Amino acid sequence: MSDALKSSSTEAATVAVPLMPLGKVVAVTSGKGGVGKTFFSANMAAALAKRGLRVLVLDADLGLANLDVVLNLYPKITLHDVFTGKAKLEEAVIKAPGGFSVLLAGSGMVEYSRLTPEVRGDFLRIMNSLVPHYDIVILDTGAGISDVVLFSVSLASEVIVVATPEPTSLTDAYATIKVLAGQQKRQTVRMVINQTARLGDGRAITMQLQQVLDRFVVSEPGKSVRIIHMGDIPADPLVRQAIMRRQLLMQSMPGCPAAMAVTQVAIKIQEALMPRGG
Amino acid sequence: MTHALPDPEISTAAYLQGVIDGLCELSLKDPLTGLANRRHFMAVMERTIDMVARSGDPALLLMFDIDHFKKVNDTYGHPAGDRVLQAVASTLMKCVRPMDTVARYGGEEFAAILPNCHGHYGESVAERIRQAVENLSVPVAPGVDLKVTVSVGGAYAPEWVRSTTALWTERADSQLYVAKAAGRNCVALDQPQEIFVSAEEKNMLFGHLALGDPAWIESIAGDTSAGNANGNAQRVN
Repeated sequence: MSDALKSSSTEAATVAVPLMPLGKVVAVTSGKGGVGKTFFSANMAAALAKRGLRVLVLDADLGLANLDVVLNLYPKITLHDVFTGKAKLEEAVIKAPGGFSVLLAGSGMVEYSRLTPEVRGDFLRIMNSLVPHYDIVILDTGAGISDVVLFSVSLASEVIVVATPEPTSLTDAYATIKVLAGQQKRQTVRMVINQTARLGDGRAITMQLQQVLDRFVVSEPGKSVRIIHMGDIPADPLVRQAIMRRQLLMQSMPGCPAAMAVTQVAIKIQEALMPRGG
Repeated sequence: MTHALPDPEISTAAYLQGVIDGLCELSLKDPLTGLANRRHFMAVMERTIDMVARSGDPALLLMFDIDHFKKVNDTYGHPAGDRVLQAVASTLMKCVRPMDTVARYGGEEFAAILPNCHGHYGESVAERIRQAVENLSVPVAPGVDLKVTVSVGGAYAPEWVRSTTALWTERADSQLYVAKAAGRNCVALDQPQEIFVSAEEKNMLFGHLALGDPAWIESIAGDTSAGNANGNAQRVN
């Protein structure tokens, strides 16, 4: 599915998108599709909500959104209606099962999958009015490195790149980090390795990526981008089960290894965004 | 012909080789500047496109145009113009790597192909050339030293894609127009595609897989047992 975006993304990525973070916004991205980005976003949101934080997940995958599928939510009013002026922003924000708020893109958003100045303006306006109401806003971006993805990531103070140990996924993750370093001059990128088979795999993979980045990528002269390994989510049959049943793992199996791993990452993100333990 | 040919009485083979070398030079080089001629340049370009399509390594095409060259010819005469062309040509040659190809593309237009040229290097090479020409002082007559400048336009070959010489040239040429329109004596490059991951980078990312690092292979192959219910193990090629 995500590969459909790739052909257009090659030209799109030449448009420079400067960094302009809007506070406690975390973008979750991946490069390659199908690595568990949306699964991770939704469950991390649930984990953070469980910790008493006000969390909003925004479906920033304007073209091929599937947060609604993961959450099994099909609201009448979506981001699409806000973009077209048919509904107010407050009406489109709904409660998700995990105790967090969610703003779904809606199927009509395909028209907005090109980053025109209007889409950019609308998106920025929506983000600006949402961010103050939450402790953390999570942007579940689309796959690929399209201009929409880069734009939404540019609004985030922290980026989490989700990858699996597969070479294709790692190559795309590497390419994504490279673009973020080059175009947005990001100094740090956080990384979560999904579906790891063994303890320590994710750290080894992250170190490998760091070595290649040190050699080939500079975000600013003399400065290389640093990857912060946030944790691994072990391959866990319960994840698949939860996805098939369209449940949040944090709700159906909060004690399983994968859910515990997501919670660990959530704690680290909370620490990163609120270092004084607010 | 500029080469002194070996005596055919002494060695027929050496004489013939000399003739062939001379003909090759005639057919590949621009006589005034000694740079590659346009024919040779197009052949190199074709080959570079093949390489870029196969390897994904970035390659840069640069086009140079001497600013207000007509004025030089009109004011100081054509021999002076020729001196300027020769001086610019040798400056260009000094600024690039031995593997790069520099050509006289047209009258006062030059071009260069830089294979395996990554984004940041492209800009610095183009800028280095522009500065080198700017610092150049060409003696065209006793007591008359000319200063010239060049406008530089450039474009990267689309990686992994078999482009055409026409399209690639068109993109570089349009950047040259951008440089001219921006007031000349400057560089305009078509943005490189940032997404690419070079063969070298991939090798470093996954080299240990090919070497059979047991920890990695096992960890990925181990996925089947780790509960991939439908048996779709992630394979390492």
